[in-house]
Amino acid sequence: MTSENLIEISGLNFSYGTRAILKGIDMTMQRGKVIAIMGGSGSGKTTLLRLIGGVIEPTSGYVKFAGQVVHELERDALFKLRRKMGMLFQFGALFTDLSVFDNVAFQMREHTNLPESMIRDLVLMKLHAVGLRGAHHLMPNQLSGGMARRVALARSIALDPMLIMYDEPFTGLDPISLSVIGNLIRRLTDALGMTSIVVTHDVQESLKIVDYVYFIADGVIAAEGTPHEVRKSVAPFVHQFVHGEEDGPVPFHYPAQSYQKDLNLENTRA
Amino acid sequence: MPKRIVSGIQNIGHRVIESVWRLGVASRFFMLVLFKSGTSVRRFNLVIRELYFTGVLSLIIIVVSGLFVGMVLGLQGYETLQKYGSESAVGTLVALSLVRELGPVVAALLFASRAGSAITAEIGLMKATEQLSAMSMMAVDPVARVVAPRFWSGVISMPLLAAIFSVMGVFGGYLVTVVFIGVDEGSFWSQMQDSVDFRFDIMNGFIKSCYFGVAVTAIAVFEGYDAPPTAEGVSGATTRTVVTSSLAILGLDFILTAFMFRGVS
Amino acid sequence: MQRTTMDLWVGLFVVMGIAALMILSLKVGNLNVYNPSHSYVLSGNFENIGGLKVRAPVKSAGVVVGRVTDIQFSTQTYDAVVTMSMDSRFLFPKDTFASILTSGLLGEQYIGLAAGGDEVKLKDGDKIMKTNSAMVLEELIGRFLFNKASEDDSSL
Repeated sequence: MTSENLIEISGLNFSYGTRAILKGIDMTMQRGKVIAIMGGSGSGKTTLLRLIGGVIEPTSGYVKFAGQVVHELERDALFKLRRKMGMLFQFGALFTDLSVFDNVAFQMREHTNLPESMIRDLVLMKLHAVGLRGAHHLMPNQLSGGMARRVALARSIALDPMLIMYDEPFTGLDPISLSVIGNLIRRLTDALGMTSIVVTHDVQESLKIVDYVYFIADGVIAAEGTPHEVRKSVAPFVHQFVHGEEDGPVPFHYPAQSYQKDLNLENTRA
Repeated sequence: MPKRIVSGIQNIGHRVIESVWRLGVASRFFMLVLFKSGTSVRRFNLVIRELYFTGVLSLIIIVVSGLFVGMVLGLQGYETLQKYGSESAVGTLVALSLVRELGPVVAALLFASRAGSAITAEIGLMKATEQLSAMSMMAVDPVARVVAPRFWSGVISMPLLAAIFSVMGVFGGYLVTVVFIGVDEGSFWSQMQDSVDFRFDIMNGFIKSCYFGVAVTAIAVFEGYDAPPTAEGVSGATTRTVVTSSLAILGLDFILTAFMFRGVS
Repeated sequence: MQRTTMDLWVGLFVVMGIAALMILSLKVGNLNVYNPSHSYVLSGNFENIGGLKVRAPVKSAGVVVGRVTDIQFSTQTYDAVVTMSMDSRFLFPKDTFASILTSGLLGEQYIGLAAGGDEVKLKDGDKIMKTNSAMVLEELIGRFLFNKASEDDSSL
């Protein structure tokens, strides 16, 4: 076993055309931990998840998952690898034409030859874990946002993956659903011995449940540490982010020429 | 002034390059769908499910339109033919126009706006709500699992719908001319059978509708899969499906007719 | 929607579609009248085919017994070679007479077969020797005028 690290990221670069999104990211993620990746909107967090899942290929550097370099895998090997990963999309991304039950059963039916009776038991177990066993017959459009997120969570743990990636799991939830999802992430990670990566900008909620935090800004890791360290950090960027201050290293104003110039004040005076 | 002319020519060039490029992308996608159709054959249930949405749900519009088109053809044909005293040929007129042209073409146009747009909207929405990404993260290929079954269901249902349209049309023509107006029933059918040929008229109409089915559903799945993942993107793609496939149907119809009936009266 | 209900509807749809194709072939088309899978080929040379077209019917005593499949111009005899596909249920004697006729005054043209008395029947690939060309209106009128003129001449 190559140490306790499930994921090793080294020198990762990615750019869309000439626009660099990620510039040299190094990370390690240990088994059984919940890791948060934070950063402002558009800082490349979701891109990082897509790189880990092998949806896109890095410009340079690599992502190693369980000892395998993701972007060097053949299609079949990549698909095999993805069965060990789960992903929770921002709004759940449930299949709208399938019932809750069939959504959770989807991967089991696609990837295994389990008898229908066993699939039924497994699905009900997964749904029970997220507290929605009673909703198995509903269609996705009958669910509230928080419930849909929980069903999606049950779906992503259907094949007991080693890793689950959460893309903005807290967006648009009421406070109750928010802490329900947060606690579920922690509990499931511990109970199933998985690793979880939570991409979020919900600082307060995620600091309660995670083991380690990375801050990404402008494509590089701006800061990292345990929640305790992060809360105490005096680094200006982290301080601004954690406390939600309006101005700081991340400026309030988009770069522009001087305000006076834009309003033609200099001209009129001249 | 020359600057405007140059920019105008540039504009034309840009559009041509753009559309050729898009055609290339679409053809590559089409090949990909064909290449990944194995799942649809192995798990035919997926296709049957889609047949319900593309075929069964299009039935009503096809049956009703077919009936009315046939009735109008019968009425107009009778009005014209009776001037020459050959109103018994109205069966021939109705059947030939339906089987050769109107059946395949009108059914395909209706199919494009009923089922084609639905396919585009569905795939586009699945893309916009990240369902396709989720599927591919679950190691299930969305082209094989979502796109190919929809494509094949369209290819299967189009010729069947066209045949139902033609039969309803002939029945409509029969209703108007024989039952209401009182054209002799025997000569209605016999003249029709005399001049409608199995090989040249019915088979060619059938082949036409097969081509239309491939064209319409290929355009529909491509537009859906290619749609920008936003609400405007999906609605734009749906409109493009209807417009592009209608034009494709009419263009293909001309080409196929030219090939099939060349040298034959 | 229940799987079984959906299956039922799809099944009904497919059955309807196939039934429609059958109706088109049998009731609207002429698949029952003339089945090309059991056929034999005859040909005949005609001096003038008039407006005869490929797929025109071949009739005997008013019954369709075959169809014209091909019309070619022969550079050896300078006339038209008409190929017919005949229903194999109907065999004709060797001395059958083929003529190009018109149904009604302005109707389509077809080939009429009048059976002779020969014991030997025509086989696949045979040639009908006795043919009669199509009536061409101009020739008809011309002949009529010529006859009229000669009548007038003789009466003088």
